[in-house]
Amino acid sequence: MNKQIASYIENNSSEIISKWQELMKNEESERSFQVMPVDLMDQTSREFSDLMVTNLLDNHEAYENRLADFAEKVVRLGWSITFVTKAITHYVEVVYHGMESDGIINEDSVRNFIEEFNNWVTPIRDSTIDTYSKTWERTVSLQKIALQELSASLIPVFDKISVMPLVGTIDTERAKLIMENLLEGVVKHRAEVVLLDITGVPVVDTMVAHHIIQAADAVRLVGAKCMLVGIRPEIAQTIVTLGINLNEFTTTSTLQRGVEQALAWTNREIVEVEEQ
Amino acid sequence: MSNQSSVEILTEWDIVAARQLGRNVAKELGFGTVDQARITTAISELARNIYLYAGQGRIEIQRLTENGVKGILIIAADNGPGIPDIRKVMEDGFSTSGGLGAGLPGVKRLMDEFRIETILGEGTDIRATKWLR
Repeated sequence: MNKQIASYIENNSSEIISKWQELMKNEESERSFQVMPVDLMDQTSREFSDLMVTNLLDNHEAYENRLADFAEKVVRLGWSITFVTKAITHYVEVVYHGMESDGIINEDSVRNFIEEFNNWVTPIRDSTIDTYSKTWERTVSLQKIALQELSASLIPVFDKISVMPLVGTIDTERAKLIMENLLEGVVKHRAEVVLLDITGVPVVDTMVAHHIIQAADAVRLVGAKCMLVGIRPEIAQTIVTLGINLNEFTTTSTLQRGVEQALAWTNREIVEVEEQ
Repeated sequence: MSNQSSVEILTEWDIVAARQLGRNVAKELGFGTVDQARITTAISELARNIYLYAGQGRIEIQRLTENGVKGILIIAADNGPGIPDIRKVMEDGFSTSGGLGAGLPGVKRLMDEFRIETILGEGTDIRATKWLR
């Protein structure tokens, strides 16, 4: 019965593809298909059709591999998942109606065919969705790692002076990481002054402020001073309006002035060298 | 462009989504950078309260026009446990979670209008408005 479906598709492939393309073009949500150049669209459609057929013809052993392969390829075509499931549904629809009007599917065989169609399509759909979600999960976890690599490293800039630039949103997880790296770094680099640079933090609400204050308190416990630098004017106003008390902090608007201040605390300064 | 949009608060990252939405709307309405910072901070506080105390809820951002003046309305609604003593949470320095306790009074100061309705065991509804001057 599988062979019947497959041979029908092979004999009528161009007709099926054009009907299927018609249906897909009507899907308003999918712009990419409408703006695709004709030759590219034909090629992609043929590829999709071939993939659908190979799933019918293979024996069971090769089938699993094929299926995974199919899903991979579909994902690589760059279609959205809604579009792919619609594409599969429409494709099957076209084939089914075609076979019905050709009399291959009639009242006697309809029950068997429905089962066959189900056995054909369900695994395809399942594995496509599976592959999609795996791809997403992979992307998300990679990005999470990338984000963690980005966040919060303590950089020794001068003897006894280290800087930690904070970039991006600070959530609970990152706040913990900041605290750990900060304390570890202070001890490791024997820092006496640490500058926390919040130029890259978009929003300073009470929670972020709370974490910063806690981090500074902890730094004080290991015997170093903490300075908050990179406070943008609008952030300064918000902090004041919120009523957050940063009186115990030395704060400056820019990292540059913070470094000057830190050098002063450690009895040093930067001087220009006279040319000889 | 719709006049109303909302973000469901379920995880900590939804807080970021909520304030991103608020920032975009505020920018479109023509608020300056200082007011944008105020509005996003207020949203951040309200969304975090939902996440911390109610577990889940919703932040809604509405564009307002009244007597030709444009404004932005933040609605923070949840079906959480409610707030037992409103007067207390509006005091500076009161916190049940070991935080700074500047959240709600801070939001009130950041915005122009502030209204809070809460029913114990049923939830909380906070509306805060900022007008464009």
